[in-house]
Amino acid sequence: MTGEVIKSLIVPAHPHPVLCPEKNEGWQRVRDAYDDARKQIEESDADLIIVYSTLWPSVIGHQIQADPNPEWVMVDADFHDLGSIHYSLKIDTEFAEAWNQANIKRGLESRTVAYHGFPVDVGSVVALELLNPSNRIPAVICSTNVYSNRAETTVLAKACMDVVKAQGKKAVAVSVMSLSNRMFTEPIEPHEDRIHSLKDDEWNRKILEFLSEGRLEDVGQLSRTIHDQIRVKKVVAFKPMWWLSAMNDNRNDLTGQVLAYEPIHGAGAAVVVLDPESNGTGDKEYDEDDVEFYGGDRNVLESDLEEPNGNVNSGPALYDPVEGANAVNTSKAPKPVGAYPHARREGDLIYLSGVGPRQPGDNSIPGGPIKDSNGNPLNYDIKAQTRAVVDNIARILEEAGSSLEKVIDVTSFLVDMDRDFSGYNEVWAETLGKVGPTRTTLAIRALPTPIAVEMKVIAKV
Amino acid sequence: MAKGSIVAGCLAPHPPHLVYADNPEQNEPVSEGGWEQLRWGYERLRESLKDVDYDVIVILSPHWQTYVGTHFIGVEKCSSKSVDPVFPNLFRFNYDLTIDVELAEAIHDQAKSEGMSVKMMTNPDFRVDYGTIVSCHMVRPEWDKPIVSISSNRSLSYYSVEVMQEMMIELGKSTARAIEESGKKCLLIASNSLSHRHFVTETNPPEDMSKEHITSHAMHLWDMRMIEMMRQGKSQQIINEMPEFCEQAIAETDGGALTWLLSAMGVPSEPAILHGYGTIIGTGNAIMEWPCRNWGA
Repeated sequence: MTGEVIKSLIVPAHPHPVLCPEKNEGWQRVRDAYDDARKQIEESDADLIIVYSTLWPSVIGHQIQADPNPEWVMVDADFHDLGSIHYSLKIDTEFAEAWNQANIKRGLESRTVAYHGFPVDVGSVVALELLNPSNRIPAVICSTNVYSNRAETTVLAKACMDVVKAQGKKAVAVSVMSLSNRMFTEPIEPHEDRIHSLKDDEWNRKILEFLSEGRLEDVGQLSRTIHDQIRVKKVVAFKPMWWLSAMNDNRNDLTGQVLAYEPIHGAGAAVVVLDPESNGTGDKEYDEDDVEFYGGDRNVLESDLEEPNGNVNSGPALYDPVEGANAVNTSKAPKPVGAYPHARREGDLIYLSGVGPRQPGDNSIPGGPIKDSNGNPLNYDIKAQTRAVVDNIARILEEAGSSLEKVIDVTSFLVDMDRDFSGYNEVWAETLGKVGPTRTTLAIRALPTPIAVEMKVIAKV
Repeated sequence: MAKGSIVAGCLAPHPPHLVYADNPEQNEPVSEGGWEQLRWGYERLRESLKDVDYDVIVILSPHWQTYVGTHFIGVEKCSSKSVDPVFPNLFRFNYDLTIDVELAEAIHDQAKSEGMSVKMMTNPDFRVDYGTIVSCHMVRPEWDKPIVSISSNRSLSYYSVEVMQEMMIELGKSTARAIEESGKKCLLIASNSLSHRHFVTETNPPEDMSKEHITSHAMHLWDMRMIEMMRQGKSQQIINEMPEFCEQAIAETDGGALTWLLSAMGVPSEPAILHGYGTIIGTGNAIMEWPCRNWGA
């Protein structure tokens, strides 16, 4: 089964192209472009439309519509005088539920919603009304979290792609959004419509130049700048480009087509189609954080007392330290995770096996483990872990008749250099740093138990 | 005709959690309670208003967000289901309310005559925002008073807190003038919380009060500062400090409701009554009453 995104769209959210395209030539051109995009979808083998709408903000993580048939009458908060849109949508609930589970697996807060009368946002209603009026293709709609950053939005897309691939979907990814979103703050006549400012217009045209060249990731990387320059600070930033770029492997060599660009009440409304075929220009390097799991601002409801206690009994099997010539072992250090001693004496030197922060006896991890038994990332205290490592080193050295003061060389291993180096370095300075051994610090992918730091030590007897 | 008046102004926050916790028959989800400090606060507010004679509730809610001026509902009978798009698991409320279209139009016309961008909303399919419904329900669960529903003009988004306040001060003055000329006795509601940084996770059940607290000490300090100023009648100082408050506490007052309310009451130096304070998913919420009816002419 090889699921994939076969087409990506950027479409505007205003109701004008649905309710009154005839009132303004530009609105009609947006409507015509929507119709063109609809035909392209109809002529493809798409079997799913995935909508990421900036007009559905969420607070508790991301929400995914899972009502098989949301129905209601939508009236725009500002443009209520244009009329109502009766909508009746067909949702791929199996995909929605699977996407929700995939989000959770990747560390995101996520839930589905399936409630009669749920107010599907105007952007999603407009997009699906015009791109999929007969509901021939089932859809799924996802909210935009008001607090999410690029990492969280990227993981959201990756979770979505997990399901696209697993279910073998031929998906159309749709970002519903304006480009510049500054509208006129007073009513205008349709014939008076124009992009609110020359500056907004120039930025919009630059964005569209990039998109017409298939440079979606470049727009993603400029997202914060674009938001600062031409976006009114509503609850949701210029995040859809992050999501859409991640849905396309953060590529810059897509084949882009701008079908329309017009003002709607001053905002920049564009219909853009991006096909995955390479435009032949070659891809650019991807230099943003390519995060796979989200481990950010989560578990904020947990008090310190309820943090996981760090017990890792479900981890790898523990061994009694190997006895042998010159071996040094102690019950005051944690049991090894393999057949080796805590340390070995050779001449006047002591070579320690890698020492982590686990505690002898209960095997707990001061500062908490870095992930739970399901692999979900947890918040942890690198300083507490580092102190525990140093304490364990001291106990082993004491057993060997040595001490921290006689340490001459240390190799440290960190599983998350960016996050942890500073805290680790602070504890180092307070402890071994005062002794003055040579030191090498390496970033590694993982350690056998859910710990963040380990040290390999050589000391004099 | 006697002059109309404002009998009281209320800061009445609208988290749907409060209606959910109260279990009224109109709301579909069922809870085991929760957020009692705030619900008891609303009880005290209702008790305070029990014998007060008024004709209409005038409310400004930040959850009817308009970017093209300030809007007023102009449909007399509004009946539908309100589902909170953020907390649909908590709030699916079947409402049936009456709009005082005459007073709404009077405020609209007054504001328009003074140069503001305003618009009447006359589409019968329009759904009333959940902020308006929650605050009105918690203040007057009998639903026996007509309301005037005013949108939150997001001028903050386009300009700044300062410009937002200038507009809301003018809207407040227009509201007061229109009320005075209407001859009606009005209860004014600013429907918003104070500090507004949410948790991004939810407990199971949502009403698990062992997990409820303010998101940060800084938010608590800001909330207490604002409450103390309200209790001491320092309305002008609240307006003066509003830009810092909105920025540093991510305050929901950025929607303009509190500034509008203070302006409509004439930026009072009389103290407000604190009926309750509590947090909801980390946000700070105070229930305050300015008993204008007792202030004399």
